[in-house]
Amino acid sequence: MNIFKVLGTKPWQQSGQVDNVPGGEVLVMPSARIGLWVFLAVVASLFGLFTSAYHMRAEYADWRQLDVPALLWLNTGVLVLTSVAFQWAWSASRQGKLAGVRDGLTVGGALTLAFLVLQLLAWRQMIDAGYFAYTNPANAFFYLLTGAHALHLLGGLWVWARTTARVWGGLDTENAEEVGRVRLRVELCTIYWHFLLLVWLVLFGLMLST
Amino acid sequence: MAYVAIADRGQELDHPHSFVTKYIWSQDHKVIAIQYSITAIAVGLVALALSFAMRLQLAFPDTFSFIDPTAYYQSVTMHGMIMVIYLLTALFLGGFGNYLIPLQLGARDMVFPFMNMLSYWVYLLSVIVLLASFFTPGGPTGAGWTLYPPQAILPGTPGAEWGILMMLGSLALFIVAFTMGGLNYVTTVLQARTRGMTLMRMPLSVWGIFMATILGLLAFPALFVSAVMMLFDRLLGTSFFMPAVLSMGEQLETGGGSPVLFQHLFWFFGHPEVYIVALPAFGIVSDLLSVHARKNIFGYRMMVWAIVAIGALSFIVWAHHMYVSGMNPYFGFFFATTTLIIAVPTAIKVYNWVLTLWKGDIHLTVPMLFAIGFIFTFINGGLTGLFLGNVVVDLPLSDTYFVVAHFHLVMGVSPVLVVCGAIYHWYPKIAGRMLNDSLGKLHFWLTFIGTYAIYFPMYYLGILGLPRRYYSNGVTEFIPDSVNSVNVAITTAALFVGIAQLLFVLNLIISLRSGKKADGNPWRATTLEWQTPDTPPDHGNWGPELPTVYRWAYDFSVPGADKDFTPQNEPPAGQSA
Amino acid sequence: MAIAIAVILLVIGSLLFHFLSPWYFTPLASNWDTIDLTVDITFWVTGVVFVLVNLFLAYCVIRYRHKKGLKADYEPENKKLEWWLTGITTVGVVAMLAPGLVVWADFVTVPEDADEFEAVGQQWNWTFRFPGEDGVLGTTAVRFMSTENPFGIDPDDENGQDDVLIFDNEVHLPINRPVKALLRSKDVLHDFAVPQFRVKMDLVPGLVTYQWFTPTRTGNFDLLCEELCGLAHHTMRGNVVVDEQADFETWLAGHPTFADTQAEPAGDATVGQALYAPCAACHGMQGEGNPALNAPKLSGQEDWYLKRQLHNYKKGRRGADPADTNGMQMAAMVNTLPDTAALNSVVAYIQTLPDEPAPTTITGDAERGKDLYTTCAACHGRDGMGIWSVSAPRQAGMSDWYLANQLRNFKAGIRGAHPQDGFGEQMASMAMMLLNDQAIDDVVAYINTLPVTSPQQVANLEQ
Repeated sequence: MNIFKVLGTKPWQQSGQVDNVPGGEVLVMPSARIGLWVFLAVVASLFGLFTSAYHMRAEYADWRQLDVPALLWLNTGVLVLTSVAFQWAWSASRQGKLAGVRDGLTVGGALTLAFLVLQLLAWRQMIDAGYFAYTNPANAFFYLLTGAHALHLLGGLWVWARTTARVWGGLDTENAEEVGRVRLRVELCTIYWHFLLLVWLVLFGLMLST
Repeated sequence: MAYVAIADRGQELDHPHSFVTKYIWSQDHKVIAIQYSITAIAVGLVALALSFAMRLQLAFPDTFSFIDPTAYYQSVTMHGMIMVIYLLTALFLGGFGNYLIPLQLGARDMVFPFMNMLSYWVYLLSVIVLLASFFTPGGPTGAGWTLYPPQAILPGTPGAEWGILMMLGSLALFIVAFTMGGLNYVTTVLQARTRGMTLMRMPLSVWGIFMATILGLLAFPALFVSAVMMLFDRLLGTSFFMPAVLSMGEQLETGGGSPVLFQHLFWFFGHPEVYIVALPAFGIVSDLLSVHARKNIFGYRMMVWAIVAIGALSFIVWAHHMYVSGMNPYFGFFFATTTLIIAVPTAIKVYNWVLTLWKGDIHLTVPMLFAIGFIFTFINGGLTGLFLGNVVVDLPLSDTYFVVAHFHLVMGVSPVLVVCGAIYHWYPKIAGRMLNDSLGKLHFWLTFIGTYAIYFPMYYLGILGLPRRYYSNGVTEFIPDSVNSVNVAITTAALFVGIAQLLFVLNLIISLRSGKKADGNPWRATTLEWQTPDTPPDHGNWGPELPTVYRWAYDFSVPGADKDFTPQNEPPAGQSA
Repeated sequence: MAIAIAVILLVIGSLLFHFLSPWYFTPLASNWDTIDLTVDITFWVTGVVFVLVNLFLAYCVIRYRHKKGLKADYEPENKKLEWWLTGITTVGVVAMLAPGLVVWADFVTVPEDADEFEAVGQQWNWTFRFPGEDGVLGTTAVRFMSTENPFGIDPDDENGQDDVLIFDNEVHLPINRPVKALLRSKDVLHDFAVPQFRVKMDLVPGLVTYQWFTPTRTGNFDLLCEELCGLAHHTMRGNVVVDEQADFETWLAGHPTFADTQAEPAGDATVGQALYAPCAACHGMQGEGNPALNAPKLSGQEDWYLKRQLHNYKKGRRGADPADTNGMQMAAMVNTLPDTAALNSVVAYIQTLPDEPAPTTITGDAERGKDLYTTCAACHGRDGMGIWSVSAPRQAGMSDWYLANQLRNFKAGIRGAHPQDGFGEQMASMAMMLLNDQAIDDVVAYINTLPVTSPQQVANLEQ
C-alpha cells in the first residue's frame, strides 16, 4: 500500500466502489499485531527520548564515565539467549510442534527472570561500590534506564505467563481458533522480546560509550 | 477482487449482563465515551472555578481573603494543567474519539474493548490523584503548568512537598491511560473500518482524531520521561535538572544539571500537545460546517494533507516556547522558520472552511453558530501566533499577557467552541433528544462575545508589557491606572462566560428528559453514525448487518440527486445494496 | 444573519480598539527600534488577513444563508484557487519571517565594544556587579556564597577583587553605550526584562545567559522578573536608571568593590557595649524591648537584618515618613552612630545579649493564622526563624505587638514606600494579603505559637 497513492485519490470520483484500499488490495493483519507495533512505536519514542536526554546531560562538565559492572556482559548474554528461546518457540508454533512451543516459552521466561535477578545483582554491586543515584548523573541514568527496561520486561512477563499457562494447561490442538490465538500470542511475545533486546543493546552500548 | 470484511474480523463483543457491566464496568465505546466526557467536563468546571479565583484577584486586588499568593499560583497551575490535559485532551480523544471512531467508520466497537475500559478507569484515577493534591499538606503545586525545575521542587513554591509529587504521579497515570486509549483509536482506524470505508472516505473528524492520537502516542513519552526524571531529582537527590543552587540560604548538594534540558523535553511534548487538542477540533469543525452548510467540505484532500503536514511539523517547532529560555540563541533561526512554515497548512485549513460556506446553503443552527464563532476566534488566535513564533517579535511579547491572550484564544476558546458545537450536533444521537435551542443560542452568544471581550484587550496589556503570572502588579511606573479598569471589565466578561457554561450544563441535564425527541438523523447528515438502526445506537451499533460504504462523507447537494444529502451507505442509483 | 453582523462589528471594533486604545508599547528607550518595526510589519500583514478573511466569512454567511429554494454548489476542490492561496500565504509568511531573522541576527551578535555588567537574580530580588578597573568579572560559584559573600565570588580570583558590587535592586547604566548584560541566577529561573528596552532573557541557574542593548534615553525604568520564580515572583522588582556618562561614573564610584566588602571592619562587641548605652534606654539593658516606649526586642535578631535596618534609617530609607513617629525617633538615634564600624560593633554587642522569647501580648485565632502564614513561611521559614538569602528576618519569639504594628505600617504605605527600600516594598506588597486587623492579629497569634529555635536557645537547652 503506497501511502502517497492513497492520499492522492479523489474520493468523490469513486462512488459505488466498495474496496477498502484503492485497487482492491487488502491489508490482512490481526489487530493485536498492529496494536503491538503501535505500542512498540510508543516504547521506541520513550527510550529514544531517554537516550537523547542522556546525550544532552552527558555534555555537562560534571559527567563521569560510568563504571559499568562486568556482570552486565553476562546479563546481555542471558538476554540474547532469551530471544533465541522465544524465536525457537515461535518457529515451533509455526510448524505446529506444541512441545517445542512449551519448551521455548518456558526457557525464555526462566531466562527473563534470571536476567531480572542478575540486573538486581548489578544494582547491588553498584550500590556496594558506592555508586548511588545521586553520586553522578551517569549513575542516575544507569538506574533509570535499567529500571525502565526491566519494567517493560515485567509487563511482557504478564502476557508470557498467560500464554504459557494456556500452553501447559492442555491446549486443544484440534481447535483451530484457539491454536491460532496462541500462535499469535507466541509471535507477539517473540517480537516484543526481540524489541526489548534491541533496546537493551542500544542502552548498554550507550552506557559503555560515554 | 477478493474482499475481507475487516470490521467483522476478530470483533469479539463483550455482552453486558447487569446494570454494573452495562453502565459502570462497561466495555462499550459509547458508554466509555460518556464516562470520559462527564469526568472531563466535571474536572473542567473545577478549573473554570479556579480561573475565577485568579480573575477576582486581578480585578479586585486585596479584597478577597481566600486568594493569597499561595492560592493564586496554585490556581494558575491547576487551571492550566486541568484545562490542557484533563479536560481538552481527555474530552477530544477519550470522549469524542471513543464515540465517533467506531460509529463513523462502521465498526461495532473499538478493537480492544477491555483495554478501552481500563483506559477510562486509569484516567479517573489520575483525576482523583490530581484533585487529592488539594487536600495534602501545603496543597497542590504552584509551579505553573510547565512545572519548570528547579523551582517546582524547591521550597518557596507552593506545594513543593506533596503537591508536585501528586502532580507528577497523576500525569504518569494519565499517560498510561492515554496510551491504552490511543492504541485503541489508532488500531481501530487502521483495522476496523467497514466495507468500502477507505482512508480517504473517512470523515475529517476521524482524520483529526487519528492524527492527534498518533501525536499523543509519540509525544506523551516526553512528558513521562521529564516527569520521571524530575521525580528522581525530587526523591533521590539526583541532578538531572538540578544545578548547584542556593535555596533559602542553604547550599543544596545537587550540581551540574540543566533546567533547560527539562524545558526541551517538556516542550517536545508540549507543542504537539497543542495540536493534540487542535487537530480533533479542526476535523470536527470541518464536518459541522459541511453538514450545516449543506455543502461538501471544500478541498477535502488538501484538508487531509494539511492535518498530516501539521502533525509532522509539530515535532520540529517545540523550541519556539524557549526563545528567551537561555538556550543556544542560534536555535532561534531554525525554530522561527519551522514555526512560520506551519502557518501555511493552518491557513489553508481556514481558507477551506470559509470556502465551504461560500456558495453553500447555510443553516444557522446552534452547531453552525459555534462553528462560525470558531473560525473567527481561531483566525484571531492563530494570527497572533505569528507574532510569538517569529523569534524577534517574541522578545518584547514573551511572558506577557499577549501570550495569555494568544494561547487562550487559539487552544482554549477555539477548541471549546468546537466542543460545544459538537455536543449540540451529536447530542441527539447520544441522548435521542435535541438540546434546547434558545438556551443554546444564549449559551453561544455569551460565550462567543464574552471570550473575545476577555482576551482581545489582553493582547494590548501584553504589548504594554504587563507580565503574566503576577499575583498583583504593584507599583510600576509604566502601568497606568487604566489597566485596572480593563481588568475589571475582563473579569466581568468572564463572569458572563462562566454563567453561560452553567446554562450549558443545565441544558445538557434538562434536555435528557424534556428535550424534543430526535429522529435518527435530525441534521440530514451523510456520515454513518446518523444511519444507525437505533437512536441512541444499541450495543454493537449496527444490528445484524454492518453498513457498506459506497461514497465519501461529503455528498451534499449533489447535482441531480433528489435530496440535498446522500448518506455514505446509500448505493448509487441502479446498484443494489 | 446576526452572526455575520457580529463578525463585522467585531472586526471594526478590533480595528478601533487597536488604533484608539491607550495601551500600546511603552516609549522605546533602547536601540531596538528594529524590533518595533518587525512588530509593525507583523501587525500589517496579519491585520490585512484578519480583516479580509473575516469580512469574506461575513459576506458568505449573509449571501448564502438558507432561503427557500437555495441549493449549495457541489465543488469538491479547486486546485488553482488553493494553490494561489497557498502561494500568497507563503509570500506573507516570508515578508514577516525574513526581517525577523535579520533582526535576530543582530540580537545574537553582541557588539565588540559592549560594556559588560552582571545582573544576579535570586528569590526574590536583584543585585548587580560591574567588572571594575580590570574590565573582567571574577569567577563565581554557589559554594562561595554566604552572608559575607552573597555574590559567591571566588576569594582567590584576582579578577574578582575589584568587582564593584551593587547590593541594591537599582542599577545605573550610561546612555548611548552598548551594554552586554550577563545574567546569573543563584536558585531558580528568573527573567531580566525592561519593557522599554524590548529585549528580555531568562536567568538559568548553572548557566550564564546574556542579552545586549544600548540605552538611548535617560530615565528610571522598571526591571521585572518575567519567569515564574516562586511565591513572591510578582514582587521581584528592580530599577534600571539610565544616566549621562558622568553621573553614571559618580554613581558607580559610590559602591564598594569586593575587596572593600571583605575588608569591612568586623564589629567589636566590647566597643559596641559602650555604644549600646543610649539604645538600652528604650530597648532595655538586655535588648528585651519595651512596649511602653514602642521599642521592640532586639536580642536574638539576626545581625544582617539589624545592620540593614540601621543603614536604612541612616540613609533615610526608613523612618522618613512623618506618619512614622517611632521610626523618625529611631532615625534620629541612629545618626549618633558615626560610621559603619560603630554600627557593626553595636550589632555585634546585641548578638551577645541573652535571647529570651518576648512576652506575648496579642491574641487571635492561631488556626486561621496558620493558613495565612503558609505564604509568609516561604520567606520567613516555617519555623519563623528567618532566612538570610531572601532577606527575611526572624519573627518567632520577637515582640509580637511590634510585628503587628509593622504589618499595619507596611499596609498603610508608612514603611516600605521608599523607592530604594526594595525588601520593604516587597513586604508591603505581601502585607496587602492581610485584609484587616483581625487577620494581622491571627497571623501574629500563630507566630506566637512557634517554638523558638535560635542557635543560642538550642545551646541553652542543651546545657
